[in-house]
Amino acid sequence: MQEPDRCAAPAEAAGDGAAGDAPLAFVTKVRNAPRLAAVDARALALGIVPGLTLADARARQPDLVAVGMDESADRHWLDDLARQCMDFSPLVSLARPDGITIDITGVAHLFGSAERLAEAVEDRLAQAGMTLRRAIAATADAAQALARHACASDDADERTAIRALPVEALGLDPLATVGLQRAGLKTVGDVAVRPAASIAARFGAGAVAALHGLTGDAGGSAPRPLVTLAPRVPLRFERRFAEPVTHQDTIARTLLDLLHEAAAALAGRALGGRGFRLMLFRSDGAKRRLDIATSAPTRDPALVLRLFDERIATLADPLDPGFGYDSMTLTVRVAEPLEALQPALDCGGSGEAGPDADAVLAELIDRLSTRLGPDCLRRLAPRASHIPEQGQLALPAIHGGAPLRWPAPPPGEPPMRPLFLFDPPQPVEVIAAVPDGPPHRFRWRRKSHEVRLYEGPERIAAEWWKHRGGEHDGKGSLTRDYYRIEDVRGRRYWLFRHGLYDEKPDPRWYLHGLFA
Amino acid sequence: MRVAFPSFPANTPAGGLENRGQATGRPPWATGIAHVDTALGGGFAHGRIHEFYAAEPDDVAAAAGFVATLAIGTTGNARPVVWLRPRQAVRAGGVMQGAGWAELGGAPETCLFVLGEDTKSLLRAGVDALRSGGFGVVVIEGWGAMRELDLTASRRLSLAAERSGTLLLLLRTGAEPAPSAAETRWSVASAPSQALAANAPGAPTFDIELLRRKSGLSGLRWRLEWNRDQCTFRDAAVSGAVVPVPLRRPAADAGAGPLRRAG
Repeated sequence: MQEPDRCAAPAEAAGDGAAGDAPLAFVTKVRNAPRLAAVDARALALGIVPGLTLADARARQPDLVAVGMDESADRHWLDDLARQCMDFSPLVSLARPDGITIDITGVAHLFGSAERLAEAVEDRLAQAGMTLRRAIAATADAAQALARHACASDDADERTAIRALPVEALGLDPLATVGLQRAGLKTVGDVAVRPAASIAARFGAGAVAALHGLTGDAGGSAPRPLVTLAPRVPLRFERRFAEPVTHQDTIARTLLDLLHEAAAALAGRALGGRGFRLMLFRSDGAKRRLDIATSAPTRDPALVLRLFDERIATLADPLDPGFGYDSMTLTVRVAEPLEALQPALDCGGSGEAGPDADAVLAELIDRLSTRLGPDCLRRLAPRASHIPEQGQLALPAIHGGAPLRWPAPPPGEPPMRPLFLFDPPQPVEVIAAVPDGPPHRFRWRRKSHEVRLYEGPERIAAEWWKHRGGEHDGKGSLTRDYYRIEDVRGRRYWLFRHGLYDEKPDPRWYLHGLFA
Repeated sequence: MRVAFPSFPANTPAGGLENRGQATGRPPWATGIAHVDTALGGGFAHGRIHEFYAAEPDDVAAAAGFVATLAIGTTGNARPVVWLRPRQAVRAGGVMQGAGWAELGGAPETCLFVLGEDTKSLLRAGVDALRSGGFGVVVIEGWGAMRELDLTASRRLSLAAERSGTLLLLLRTGAEPAPSAAETRWSVASAPSQALAANAPGAPTFDIELLRRKSGLSGLRWRLEWNRDQCTFRDAAVSGAVVPVPLRRPAADAGAGPLRRAG
């Protein structure tokens, strides 16, 4: 017996708190006119219903916030919610666009009762920010209809509740629904007492099927089957030992076995792993977890094994088998598409660096990242900011992908930006002409430097648009005047005065960078 | 305990790479100045160690800049560069800037920057990078004496560089020149640049001194100016301040035969 639990998760709940206390509506274009597709509870209370044109809705409620409807986002969100519901039952089905059916046959007792299970589902979806209407019924169709159309009174038993539903609950096309209402049939019960043959003659066989789906009076036909989501089988591989194992070779060989198994499974799904986790369960209950990550998806057992070895070598407290390990588990935590590669017939030889230069690089990055930590390997990417210290992003190399190309400097110029930048800038004592002359002499790290050549100032204004009222004088941050300096010994520095004299009475000087 | 995986020891290079270095018989990189190239037997040889000492602690930016220009010149921005720095160097010498690298004519997107806590981990990472053969230049920056870089470690680096044909540049600051397996050893200082219009500082200029070279003359000095647009050096025309030592022919004709191995 099916006992589906149906949770309607209206899309409008997602817009909570987007714009203060103004009513919110999602707009879509219907026959070239913008119409409301979904509204939030506040708008509904003001009488603004889906289907209204945006112009009408604005006329009634000028402060209505209208946002374009993103149907694909809604679809993905519903998929996500359905995946979360698979924690409650393995059989979960989507009722697009805004419903989920969970088959709770045989699982309700795990939560105490069906009602307790429904509350657990409600709690879970409330955490995701959803408000929902739910119902439990014998068939999926009945549960969906009850959740969408039931009018609050749940004291009646299921059969009575279904019969009390309005005829819209049958889900027929609008013409048929109006036809039923005009015939004086207001509820499902009214329709159900009529002979099925006359309903079929007037409204088609579909109406009778829908009626039977709701009332469960099968009339010989079984209820419609559910199309459930396929569960995602985790990439998890396990070995249990008959006796606790302490021998290192056995452990290493078992890990290699597991990796080969994982490689075969990954190849079958055209995936490559980017994160692997090895769990070692010791016979006295202690657990050891080893995680590795790679910069490119891989299925190569030898490579992953080397990374695990690096990981073990860097452990602060070494692996101690004690009385031996009971079991080992290998999990592929992150997997990405990786198509099978056909090796080149001529063994490459095209580029100077060799055909597998990228693979060699990726492997080294993985190894060093595992040993030194992923934050220690960086690639530099340009960032669109004229504030010097914010001009680059140091991205961890393991996250893969070649960084953006840096713009080439104009030819024929000396370097305008230093090779090294101090963060924070180092304060220096400077003798310079007031108010905006170049430095003549400065003192840095207790040494005096006589300025021979200079270029500047290169004035870099603060990002006034990031501060409230920053466009007004005195409200934004200080302007910097940068000078390229060469001292008499030929060392080249980048100095700046932090603030103009009309911004600050006594601006400080800083050394920001060193040129080659 | 270390779970040893007998078939895959950690330091074995990836399969099939052992012979690559010997196959890449790349000619030495010519600096663009005839005197320097003659003294070096054609230029900076690939698959060797070249050591650069900052003449004074204040010259660290100049020494790093010189090493950066060499890395840019020898790779031609085609092969990747890995630059290994100790954290200490970042604290004392500043953060490496992609914009500054690009201003020297390089392509920062081909560079990989590695930060290490201690010299030992840096050297180990350096050996791995050399053995992988995937890089054009490996730069190891050292701060202070680097006691871990003894003759054995230096020889290990040298063999790894030789096998893969990768150039290893050692950048040393705050250290006295010490014996090592390096092919050449240099002292680098910044030099006054040729002023541009309106007394603006010009292109990067370096005073370099060849402290030691295996099978060749040492004690030679030059003043070089980096030409970013052509990625070569120019002889900085100097007036008076420092006169380059007149060039004599090296004692051995190093350009003809294979280089002598030592160490």
